[in-house]
Amino acid sequence: MALQACTDHPSETVSSDIPVLKERGQREVFCGLTGIVWLHRKMQDAFFLVVGSRTCAHLIQSAAGVMIFAEPRFGTAILGERDLAGLADANEELERVVEELLVRRPDINTLFLVGSCPSEVIKLDLAKAAEKLNHRHFPKTRVLNYSGSGIETTFTQGEDACLGSMVPVLPSKETDEPALMVVGSLADVVEDQFQRLFNQMGIGPVSFFPPRRAADLPSVGKGTKLLVAQPFLSETVRLLIARGAKLLPSPYPFGIEGTTAWLKTAAEAWEVDSEKFEAVIAPAVARANTGLERYRQELSGRKAFLFPDSQLEIPLARFLSRECGMELVEVGTPYIDRLLMDHEIALLPQGTALSEGQDVEKQLDRCRSARPDITVCGLGLANPLEAEGMATKWSIELVFSPLHGYDQAADLAELFTRSLERRKRLTV
Amino acid sequence: MEGVHYVLHAPQGDTYADLLFTMIERRDQRPPVTYTTFQARDLGGDTAEMVKTSVRDAYNRFSPQVMLVGESCTAELIQDQPGSLAESMNLPIPVVSLELPAYSKKENWGASETLYHLVRKLLLSKALPAGTQRPERDLAIRPKANIIGPTALGFRCRDDIQEVLKLLGEIGVDANVIAPLGATPEDLMRIPDADFNICLYPEIAQTTCDWLKRNFAQPIVKTVPIGVGATRDFVAEIGEVAGIDVSQVLNRSRSETLGNWNVSRVASSAIPGASRMPWYSRSVDSTYLTGKRVFIFGDATHAIAAARIATEELGFTLVGIGTYSRKFARQVREVAKQHGVEAVISDDYLAVETAVAEAAPELVLGTQMERHIAKRLGIPCAVISTPIHVQDVPARYSPQMGWEGANVIFDDWVHPLMMGLEEHLIGMFREDFEFAEGHMSHLHTAPPQEGNVDGVAAPTDEPVASNDAKHKSMAAAPDADVDSMGWSPDGLAELKKIPFFVRGKVKRNTEKFASDRGITSITVDTLYEAKAAIGK
Repeated sequence: MALQACTDHPSETVSSDIPVLKERGQREVFCGLTGIVWLHRKMQDAFFLVVGSRTCAHLIQSAAGVMIFAEPRFGTAILGERDLAGLADANEELERVVEELLVRRPDINTLFLVGSCPSEVIKLDLAKAAEKLNHRHFPKTRVLNYSGSGIETTFTQGEDACLGSMVPVLPSKETDEPALMVVGSLADVVEDQFQRLFNQMGIGPVSFFPPRRAADLPSVGKGTKLLVAQPFLSETVRLLIARGAKLLPSPYPFGIEGTTAWLKTAAEAWEVDSEKFEAVIAPAVARANTGLERYRQELSGRKAFLFPDSQLEIPLARFLSRECGMELVEVGTPYIDRLLMDHEIALLPQGTALSEGQDVEKQLDRCRSARPDITVCGLGLANPLEAEGMATKWSIELVFSPLHGYDQAADLAELFTRSLERRKRLTV
Repeated sequence: MEGVHYVLHAPQGDTYADLLFTMIERRDQRPPVTYTTFQARDLGGDTAEMVKTSVRDAYNRFSPQVMLVGESCTAELIQDQPGSLAESMNLPIPVVSLELPAYSKKENWGASETLYHLVRKLLLSKALPAGTQRPERDLAIRPKANIIGPTALGFRCRDDIQEVLKLLGEIGVDANVIAPLGATPEDLMRIPDADFNICLYPEIAQTTCDWLKRNFAQPIVKTVPIGVGATRDFVAEIGEVAGIDVSQVLNRSRSETLGNWNVSRVASSAIPGASRMPWYSRSVDSTYLTGKRVFIFGDATHAIAAARIATEELGFTLVGIGTYSRKFARQVREVAKQHGVEAVISDDYLAVETAVAEAAPELVLGTQMERHIAKRLGIPCAVISTPIHVQDVPARYSPQMGWEGANVIFDDWVHPLMMGLEEHLIGMFREDFEFAEGHMSHLHTAPPQEGNVDGVAAPTDEPVASNDAKHKSMAAAPDADVDSMGWSPDGLAELKKIPFFVRGKVKRNTEKFASDRGITSITVDTLYEAKAAIGK
């Protein structure tokens, strides 16, 4: 059912024959709980309550705790031995914790109960708990639940799970008039840029999901067309399709080419004539070309190696090779969803070494023997690789920075040149 | 440590812990930890087999001398017994199986337990028969000490070791083994060669030191040398335990604190240090520090040390103390009792927040978590204990222990406070367009004020922001009954003239004074009567 919509768009161009190295071993990746680190800023009226262990609390605190919070926007209900002994007890405890939290923070509009490895393994039914709590607190506070556990989600999949949990409560559109929904968290400034371009082309109405306030949920219906801004939203997209929305498959708006293809996908769905389309994007494209040029020179001909982290790797590799002239040694990604990735894979150069999953020690061996000019990897690997004399770009920043769209294309390239530039500058 | 590898049975995602070492401590190598990183799809299959594969691969790849095997909180639930699995694999090296109950114990306990089991595994066979005395030390040979307790991710361990080594050098004691930080399994095997053990971080080292005392008759030096007084006691205790004369060093630490400006001292690197803190703290610029109300929270070791420094070496008044180290709660309670306060023994940061709000201190000395609390309440704060973040693993030499540690502490604790002149001027002239209430021009930022003045600003000021209301609901919670006291407009106006950092305390004192006497409307006179009766 869910997959039906995309079969309307047979993808002849896809080079599905690209061999993918599938590996299993130690994975050096974040779990989905880390999504909270940016989602709590995107939706400021939401609170994220992790139901898990001290390990979960420690993860979030280590990741976001360097900022000093006068008013916490996330927390962990830590399971104790008593909770492990009997489930009824754990549910009551959770209700008590939520009551206390909502008394302390009456401004919380949406409360996410976030599942973790321990809560999933002991099969604590958070969906039921959320439903029960929702009965008590809605409409003042909506209580939703999703899993950000490491056993089920990798890093950005936490956002997918979070948005997925919101899909069933999105209001239904009353009419079947076409409407555009941009799916995936974007920096506020990027949202505004896209909104302006859509306005100029006469594409609309446009809604962004997630919204800036969890209270302002966009509606969904048969006329909703989905333009996906982040490649890791498999579940969210499928759930939206199940609610009648139609996917507009496209490459992702990284770099000039990706952004043009992405906007073009929407323009075609709205039958914007191509002259108008070109006229609208021309100034931004020209600017972006100017901005990108100096980094293109720096990156051209250099070798890149991408470790798996966020599922952004394939679109980024496409940008690095096609617009920056880089050579791709290996493109690792935690998970490949063909529904959302085929249009990107089709743009990768022939023979790109793609890998899905990870055996980190073996992948490090491959990386060391290739001696790439730049290695895109997580913070657990970055400093050790630097100490071995390899330039790295820590990958998490790619999720935290405004990098989509024309006016950020140069910023995106700059992130990859920065560590090279730094090496040139430092003399000690 | 070096030469030790840890296989941890844990779900995908738990490798985040690597970042604590590679980012917060900026290590240039991956931690020697292999994770099994099981996922949901593995749970149906053989997760025990994943453990064996990981142990085998880790052994082949890293060739460690000792292997640790343990489980994370989630693995604990699925009960694969990774330790016994690994032991049954007959690796040609010692395998230490760790039982660390994640749902009842915490980090420090885990570190302490791991060190203890590691040392025990390696040294049990060499233990002295029960009742054996250590042979007397040959007086021609310098005494040797082990330094037990420093770890990765400890608070300033890197520099504390240097400082303690300097101290030992001054009194003529050699360091035998420093563990676990930087030690190899062979180093641990040499532990019995020392004459005594220095239990530098009791949270980590005490269990091991106690075991070594029982099995190798090594006495323990228990004083933790944080602060000038504690450092002197530490030197004296070593003198006693090692049977050496340390009077020269102790005398110098008392007599040479003024001589730091002397040219020959400045030019020489050979002259052993004495702390500058005693003189800095006596100089008149520090007079305004007298009686500053301080709240202390952290691990027990650092909290207890901080309480002594704050009260005996800086002249602060201790208005609250607490720890999350339950194992050392008794010692912290004793310190609290000496200062007439109730110790906060809790790992619930909301309980700490409530206690801080209640005590209305002028300075909070705590952990990274207390920085959040202090920000919310608008109180200056310095970090004295883990948990910490990256800024507390600085590049510069910044010990907490020994003579130099006391210098670092003086600077770090005084820095967040308002400078004396500014404090006076803001107390005198309250309508300055630049130097407003709570402003600290030497920090470039003004802390928020509402937390500290709860209930004061509301009647006369702008409508309360929602943020403000939240602050009040929290800060006022502990004494809601007192808060219902009525302030007359003139009383309230007068209260606002009290410098902001003591206003919270004055307000509480006045309300208590009024409530005790059945006064229902607090006027200017009530405020000054309370001040006269209670003091500042």
